[in-house]
Amino acid sequence: MTEEVILLDFWASMYGMRTRIALAEKRVKYHYREEDLWNKSSLLLQMNPVHKKIPVLIHNGKPLCESLFQLEYIDETWPEENPLLPSDPYKRARAKFWADIIDKKVNVAGRRIWTTKGEEKEEASKELIEILKTLESELGDKDYFGEETFGYVDIALIGFYSWFGVYDKYGNINIESECPKLIAWAKRCLQRESVAKALPESEKITTFISERRKKLELE
Amino acid sequence: IAQENTYTQTQRTENQTGLTGKMNQEEQVQVLGLWGSPFSKRVEMVLQLKGIPYEYIEEDVYGNKSPMLLKYNPIHKKVPVLVHNGRSIAESLVIVEYIEDTWKTGPTILPQDPYERAMARFWAKYVDEKVMVAMGKAFWGPESEREKERKEAYEGLISLEKEIGDKRFFGGETIGIVDIAADFIGYWLGIVQEVSGVTIMTAEEFPNLKRWSEDFVGNNIIKEVLPPKQKLAALFKTPFRSAATSG
Repeated sequence: MTEEVILLDFWASMYGMRTRIALAEKRVKYHYREEDLWNKSSLLLQMNPVHKKIPVLIHNGKPLCESLFQLEYIDETWPEENPLLPSDPYKRARAKFWADIIDKKVNVAGRRIWTTKGEEKEEASKELIEILKTLESELGDKDYFGEETFGYVDIALIGFYSWFGVYDKYGNINIESECPKLIAWAKRCLQRESVAKALPESEKITTFISERRKKLELE
Repeated sequence: IAQENTYTQTQRTENQTGLTGKMNQEEQVQVLGLWGSPFSKRVEMVLQLKGIPYEYIEEDVYGNKSPMLLKYNPIHKKVPVLVHNGRSIAESLVIVEYIEDTWKTGPTILPQDPYERAMARFWAKYVDEKVMVAMGKAFWGPESEREKERKEAYEGLISLEKEIGDKRFFGGETIGIVDIAADFIGYWLGIVQEVSGVTIMTAEEFPNLKRWSEDFVGNNIIKEVLPPKQKLAALFKTPFRSAATSG
């Protein structure tokens, strides 16, 4: 059966990066379609009518939304290569627990850093450093969150690394000095081809956000 | 909430399927929960549907959090927490999937097909992140935001009404993860609407969800797990502190 895999995505999305990495880890060929988030295509609106968000993974015509569910789906559908999730139920639950924390805390704080001012921004900066430190301590001395191998939690978090420049700049923080082990982990992940290809350069994202802030009249 | 101790109360519960519930010494399953919480009840529903014996421990989350809770869920300090042979898992939907993965007996809560599984996870998350959050704020959030949150919750219900359609349960013929996730909508919501006088879901506008909620609450196992209506109504008359229970 010919497999048709399409990914509707946006280059700067840390969520889209997850799916790109997972597909690459599994060596799945797919068509990448860049979406203009301010002018969403009819395909996107049709494939994700509930949220109208990217990334959307379309496999043989069937759409799937939510990057973490896409990771699990990819893992279940192409199980032979590079397992992304542990097979042990307890370790799997721990992985999902951490991915949930990443989704609930990292993005919320990060986004508030570049979209707010004053006290709100300061609070967001503190929260971000706190959650990154928590993640750093969870990583401990391991090479990856997935213990011996690069996996689900690493994939869930690594996209945010390309946004650290934005958080540093607008949050007046220095993530590298606060969380050196986490930065070392990120650089280790970037040595993987799947990650290096999926993550845009940090400067590109910083420039993009600077333009967004002008449009939102924040600068 | 009438809590006899300010510390923990241990209640042994026999599972409801007729097994004698004598716990195998090798398998120790404990649930740290809160009697009125839909999140906490999700875990108990799945354990009981699958016939898994467990020890229930009521947590005084609004008062003194027990050392056990702080040890097993140090990051969120919330219930429910499942402790299995000394290892803990938090977040109700993560716990539900863990139970599904670990015990292979009893009915399945997730579909077998990877696509259907992903869709079930999507809708369970939708219930939690779109509908539950908005409902919480619509009934108990800041006054100025309530109207906006009611609209959000209403929109969420419309999607769910469409999604369930003619199906008996979101899971099809049998109860699945989405039904479990939507437990608040199936049972708590009616009581909250009555007590508060604020209605988001009417039977006229949401006939499918109304029918579903009757089937859900009518299920032999589910109905034994649900907290008593009067007790919940009394609880809702006082301001609801949502900080202590997690998703």
